[in-house]
Amino acid sequence: MNNMALPSWANWAMLLGLVAFIGMIALSIRRNRGVKRSLFAYPYGLWIVAFTLIPLLLIGYYAFTDRAGAFTLDNFKTFWDSNYEMHKQLIELGVNPADLGIARGNVNVDTLVYSLWMAFMCTLICLVMGYPAALFMADRSFKLGATLVILFIIPMWMNFLLRTIAWMSLLEDNGLINTLLTALGLPKMRLMYNSQAVLLGMVYNYLPFMVFPIYNSLAKQDRRLSEAAMDLGANSRLTFLKVTLPLSLPGVVSGITMVFMPSVTTFFIPRVLGGGNTEMFGDLIERTFLSADNWNVGSALSLIMMVLILMSLTLLRKADPEGEGSGTL
Amino acid sequence: MTEQPRLINLENISKAYDGVTVLSDVNLYIRKNEFVTLLGPSGCGKTTTLRIIGGFENPTTGRVMFDGEDITQYPPYKRKVNTVFQKYALFPHLNVFENIAFGLKVAKRPKEEIKQKVDKMLALVNLRGYGKRSVDSLSGGQQQRIAIARALVNEPEVLLLDEPLGALDLKLRQEMQLELKRMQQMLGITFIFVTHDQEEALTMSDIIVVMKDGFIQQIGTPKDVYDEPKSAFVANFIGQSNIVRGVMVHDELVHFCGADFPCVDKGFGSDAPVDVLIRPEDLLIVGEDEGRLKGLVRSVLFKGVHYEMIIDSGEMRFKVHSTVMQPEGSVVGLDVIPFNIHIMRPMPPQSDITLEDEAE
Repeated sequence: MNNMALPSWANWAMLLGLVAFIGMIALSIRRNRGVKRSLFAYPYGLWIVAFTLIPLLLIGYYAFTDRAGAFTLDNFKTFWDSNYEMHKQLIELGVNPADLGIARGNVNVDTLVYSLWMAFMCTLICLVMGYPAALFMADRSFKLGATLVILFIIPMWMNFLLRTIAWMSLLEDNGLINTLLTALGLPKMRLMYNSQAVLLGMVYNYLPFMVFPIYNSLAKQDRRLSEAAMDLGANSRLTFLKVTLPLSLPGVVSGITMVFMPSVTTFFIPRVLGGGNTEMFGDLIERTFLSADNWNVGSALSLIMMVLILMSLTLLRKADPEGEGSGTL
Repeated sequence: MTEQPRLINLENISKAYDGVTVLSDVNLYIRKNEFVTLLGPSGCGKTTTLRIIGGFENPTTGRVMFDGEDITQYPPYKRKVNTVFQKYALFPHLNVFENIAFGLKVAKRPKEEIKQKVDKMLALVNLRGYGKRSVDSLSGGQQQRIAIARALVNEPEVLLLDEPLGALDLKLRQEMQLELKRMQQMLGITFIFVTHDQEEALTMSDIIVVMKDGFIQQIGTPKDVYDEPKSAFVANFIGQSNIVRGVMVHDELVHFCGADFPCVDKGFGSDAPVDVLIRPEDLLIVGEDEGRLKGLVRSVLFKGVHYEMIIDSGEMRFKVHSTVMQPEGSVVGLDVIPFNIHIMRPMPPQSDITLEDEAE
C-alpha cells in the first residue's frame, strides 16, 4: 500500500466536488434565475463525505485487510495478542511458541483497560469538581459567578499542547513546585512520570467540558421551580436533591459524554506527563500508525476504540431518555 | 365574615431594589377565610407584596405578622402558606401525581395518606385519573388546576395566587374564577389573589386592595371600591368612569358643567373644589331640553350588551352606556340622579394629565 496515494486521491475528490458544486450553482442560476437554498448544504455534505465518511470507510478497509490487501482478521487477533505475528511466524517455521516460553502478549488489551480506567477516573473527578463550580456559576446571588465563567474560558484560548507542557515546568524534578519546596527546606517530591500526573493533566484539560454543559442546564432552569419546592416545604438541601439536581441531569450526561470521549482517546498528555511509563490507547494507535507504520493494525485498534465509545454512549443515552445530552453525539 | 380574627398583618412594609422603591409603607391586615385581591397595574408592587408574604423576598423595612407571630425572617418552607405561581411552575421531571404529592413527600407522610390525599385533590380539581400523565401533556387550564391542587393538598392556612388565570382564555378564565371561589368557600382557606384584571377582582373578592406605584390606594369590598372610589385613579382603574372637575356648593349640592346637581355626599365644605365621578351606565339620556346638561353625540360603538356613546357637553366629553342607541350627530339631554354622583377629593394635578391622556 502506497501511503502517498491517499492525499493525491483526496485532492482529486475535493477538486471534483468543488467543480460539481460550482457547476450546480451555475446551472440552477441559468434555469431559475436564483439559487436554491438547499444547495448551500452541499459543501457540508461534501465535507462530511470527504473527511468523515471516506476516512471511516478507509479505516474499515485497512482493519480487515493485510499489507497485501487481502481480507484477514489477523489485525484484531494482534489486538488480543500482541505476539500474534511472532506466533504465526514461529508456527510456520515449525516451532511451538510455548516451547520458547512465548505466551500471549497482553500489552494492547492492558493499554485499553488502563485507558478506560483513566478515562473513568478523569470523568468522575471532573464531575465531582465541575458540578459545584457550575452551581456557583449559575447562582445569580453569587456575585463572582461571571468571573468564574471567564476563569474557566481563558485557559481554553491557549493551545492544548502548550497548556500540558506548562504543567511539565511546574511538576518537573527541578520545576517550580520542587524549587519552592527546596527553598522551604522540604524534600523534593516525585510529581511527574506517574498515573496521577497524567490524570491531573487530563482533568485540567477536560474540566471545562464538564462544567459548561452543567452550567448551561442549571442557568436555564426556571428559578420559580426551586421557589415552588421551597414553598412546598423543602429546605435548601431537599430542593437541590429533588428539583435542581434531577433537572440538571441532561447537562450532566452531556458533560460526561464530552469528557469521557476525548479522555479515552487521550494522547500526548501521557507521553509528556507520564514519561512513557503510562501509555494510553490514543498513544498506542498513534505509535502503531506512525512509528510501526502498520496502518492495518492501527485501523483495527481505532475501530475497537470507536465501537467501545459508541457502546458507552448508547448506555448513557439510555440513562437520559429525554435525549438532551445526546445532542453532543 | 368581619367577625373573623386577623390572620396576617403587614406592618409598615417597604421594599427597595438597588435603591429603587417598589413598596412604600404598606399596612394591611387579612382576616381568616377572606378572599383578598391585590389589584393594580403592572409594577404597582402587588406581586412583591405577595412574595413578601410567601417568604421569597425580605422587606427592606417592616414586619410580617402571622397569627401574632413575627415571620419576617422565616424561609418559605417554614410558613403555613402555599403559592400558586404565575405560569404554574410545575416540576417537569415529575408526573401529575408526583407533583401534587411533592409537599406531602417532603413532609414524610405515610404512603397511604399521600395517595388518599392526592386522589382527593385530583377529584376536587376535576382531574381524576390524570395522576400518571406527564405535566407537559396537559393543557394550560389543566396545568393550572394541578398547580392549585399541589398547593392545596398541604392544607395551608393561606393560599397565595400570583395572577394564576393570566394565561387562560376568557371563557376558561371565567370558569376558573367561579371554581376558585367555590374551593375557597368549601375549604375555608384564606386566599390572597394578585391580578391586574379589575373584573376578576370584582367577581371573586371579599376585599380588594387597590395598589399603585408601591402605595395602597384603597382597601374595601368590591362594592366600596366601585361605588365609592377614594381617588380618580381607583375610579378609572376599576370600571370606566367620567371624572369632572366641580365645586361643592354646600353639603348635598355640587356644581359642574354649568349646572347644579343635588347629591348625597357631605363633609367636603362649602365652595370646595372636588372631582365628580359618574359611571357611564349612570348617565341618563333624556329629551333634548329635559336634562340639566345638553350634549352632542360624537360617536357610537356597539359593545354587545349596550351601546357606548361619546357625548360632548360644553368643554366636557362624557362616556355614556345605554341599551338605547342615539344616532351620531344628534343632540340629547343628559341627567344623573343624586345617588349616582360620587364626590372625591381632587387629585394632584400631576395625575390629572394622565387622566386627560386616557380620555383621548
